[in-house]
Amino acid sequence: MKIVLNLETVNMEQDLINSKTLRIAAIVGSFVCSSAFSGTIDDIKKKGYIQCGVSGQVPGFSSPDSKGVMKGLDADTCRAVAAAVLGDSKKVKFTQLSAQQRFTALQSGEIDILARNTTHTLSRDTALGLNFAPITFYDGQGFMVRKKDGIKSGKELDGAAVCVQQGTTTERNISDYFRKNGMKMKAVIFESRDETLKAYLSKRCDVYTTDASGLASERTKLKDPQNHVILPERISKEPLGPAVRHGDDQWFDAVKFTIYALFAAEEMGITAANIDSDAIQKSTDPNVQKLIGNTVGNGKSLGLTLKEGKKEVSNEKWAYNAIKQVGNYAEIYERNVGPNTPLRLDRGLNALYTNGGLMYAPPIK
Amino acid sequence: MEENKEEKSRIKIILKWLKDNLFYNPLSSFITILIIYGIINILIPSYQWLFVDSLLNGDAEACRKVEGACLAFLKEKTRYILLGMYPQDEHWRPVLNVFIYLALLVFSRDRSRWGKKLLGLWFFFGVFSFFLMRGGIFGLEFVETDKWSGLPLTLMLATVAITVSYPLGILLALGRRSKMGVVRLLSIGYIELIRGVPLISILFMSSVMFPLFLPKGIVINKLLRAQVAIIMFISAYMAEVIRGGLQAIPNGQYEASDSLGLNYFQKMRLVILPQALKIVIPPTVNTSISMFKDTSLVMIIALQDMMYTAKGAMSDPHWLGFSVEAYIFMAVLYFCFCFSLGKYSRRLEKELDTGLA
Repeated sequence: MKIVLNLETVNMEQDLINSKTLRIAAIVGSFVCSSAFSGTIDDIKKKGYIQCGVSGQVPGFSSPDSKGVMKGLDADTCRAVAAAVLGDSKKVKFTQLSAQQRFTALQSGEIDILARNTTHTLSRDTALGLNFAPITFYDGQGFMVRKKDGIKSGKELDGAAVCVQQGTTTERNISDYFRKNGMKMKAVIFESRDETLKAYLSKRCDVYTTDASGLASERTKLKDPQNHVILPERISKEPLGPAVRHGDDQWFDAVKFTIYALFAAEEMGITAANIDSDAIQKSTDPNVQKLIGNTVGNGKSLGLTLKEGKKEVSNEKWAYNAIKQVGNYAEIYERNVGPNTPLRLDRGLNALYTNGGLMYAPPIK
Repeated sequence: MEENKEEKSRIKIILKWLKDNLFYNPLSSFITILIIYGIINILIPSYQWLFVDSLLNGDAEACRKVEGACLAFLKEKTRYILLGMYPQDEHWRPVLNVFIYLALLVFSRDRSRWGKKLLGLWFFFGVFSFFLMRGGIFGLEFVETDKWSGLPLTLMLATVAITVSYPLGILLALGRRSKMGVVRLLSIGYIELIRGVPLISILFMSSVMFPLFLPKGIVINKLLRAQVAIIMFISAYMAEVIRGGLQAIPNGQYEASDSLGLNYFQKMRLVILPQALKIVIPPTVNTSISMFKDTSLVMIIALQDMMYTAKGAMSDPHWLGFSVEAYIFMAVLYFCFCFSLGKYSRRLEKELDTGLA
């Protein structure tokens, strides 16, 4: 049983993806499937919903609540796309996928979009035949320490004992980081996540390291989460974003700009609550008018249409619907992983570029 | 006086029993004490954890403060763990299904009821439960197989796998002992090939590789693929179990039926198989039990059996950190099913005791 459970841990996913068979399978898949799926949007309209691949087991990104409703940042991303393309954020069906299945599911057409906290890498973008939409969450390996140790930065960790999970890239990253900074460390290695956390709790080590989002969800399991801090350093790059298949640029554009619209809405101060207010609807800012579709053109350029009566008219309200029904990026972030959720993750790299983060939308015009 | 004496003799009997059974010699005394010590050390803390220090009402925050079990977590999540993503308003359907299923099981326990009618009843139930779960007719809302999850899915995977693989296993076992070369080779090849790979790899093939070989636009239901994979796997094992039974039948039985002028099928159906299948009840049940538990492997291809929904329940950000409770709950559920299966097999063995063996 143990082995099976460990398969799910985030870092092993990458090792598994690298395994030869899967890669061959994926390459075969991309040959079979490339160019076979041009009219994704037409298909989606015909069936009336978006099939969205998620994990279902990553707290804050996609996990079912007690009523069986999928919650999380990844889930909400799919909802926003559904609102933009179909006009209704409820028109999305979630397929839960394991780390090994996810790419096949996308290639074989089982799902239309993969929002399963997948790291954007070159090999996935090319050999696996994926197109990555904008990053919705910049993750990376971080450190968690006890607050009373008074450590403020990863650079102060010289000589620390570090709890780390065995055989993962996490282990390599941490030793690289310490070597690069000329510091000494003692790695205390464990097989599973739970064991690692337990060791950290019993003070067998001073630092617990894994991806920051993982640290945050592990921290909520503690009796005294407020006494543990996640240091600001991110020592690896794990940009997570939704992906679609190669070969359908129109669908890719629709997904891409739906996400950009969420960023832009935050930047312009448009929220689900105030989008209908006069301040926004009668705004003199031409960019706002363009985004919410009062100035037409964007929907036509994206090739999005909606049925109105019997006629197909161009869907100028795509961004409006996404923002109105799901919220802008800040709202989605705060709802699922932000400081007021159990995960208590600060925006950090995920803040707008105007606030020192990386979230930046090109002009939507 | 009289009473006192009786009491004394009773005490004597107890003491004698203790001495004979628990404190016969220094070694057995030592082991007894060790075991008592162990039991106390396990039972009392478990009792404490489950009943005394536990919390039944409250949220996750309150639960983390207590030392004992977070029963509130189970209270909140049991429904999800058992029924998963199945639409909440339609939950009566899987619940009804499971109840009818259990009732049918209890009804079928009695051997006097076995017969064509019961078989027909089960077949009818199979069709009925499929449509009850799926909906789309009689005004029931359509629920795609993606949403079938939790306990009903586990029971379905296991039951269908065991029932379908049993006759397949018989055919394969007979095939392997057949005098026709091609049939024998094919059977041997199939059995050895399937037994040579782990279930996980067959599941992976069915869920990851298989879709890539299909012509574009054709998507075969994920659940069906997994179910077929499990059936393929378990029938190879069933075949070997049944072959064991066939080999245990003395040659005289074969010769006797030949001399009666029975043809191959009559011989097998009337003489050999009834005896052989009886002998192999224990290993058959053994395979069934291990199959029932192995269905939890479908988790890795993200079919949402009980184990998967339990993991889903554990990853709700509002209820993180109660995996012990969830796993123990799972263990209890699995134990209940497997234990009753084993118990029933012992009863069958007794009832069907042929004196042969």
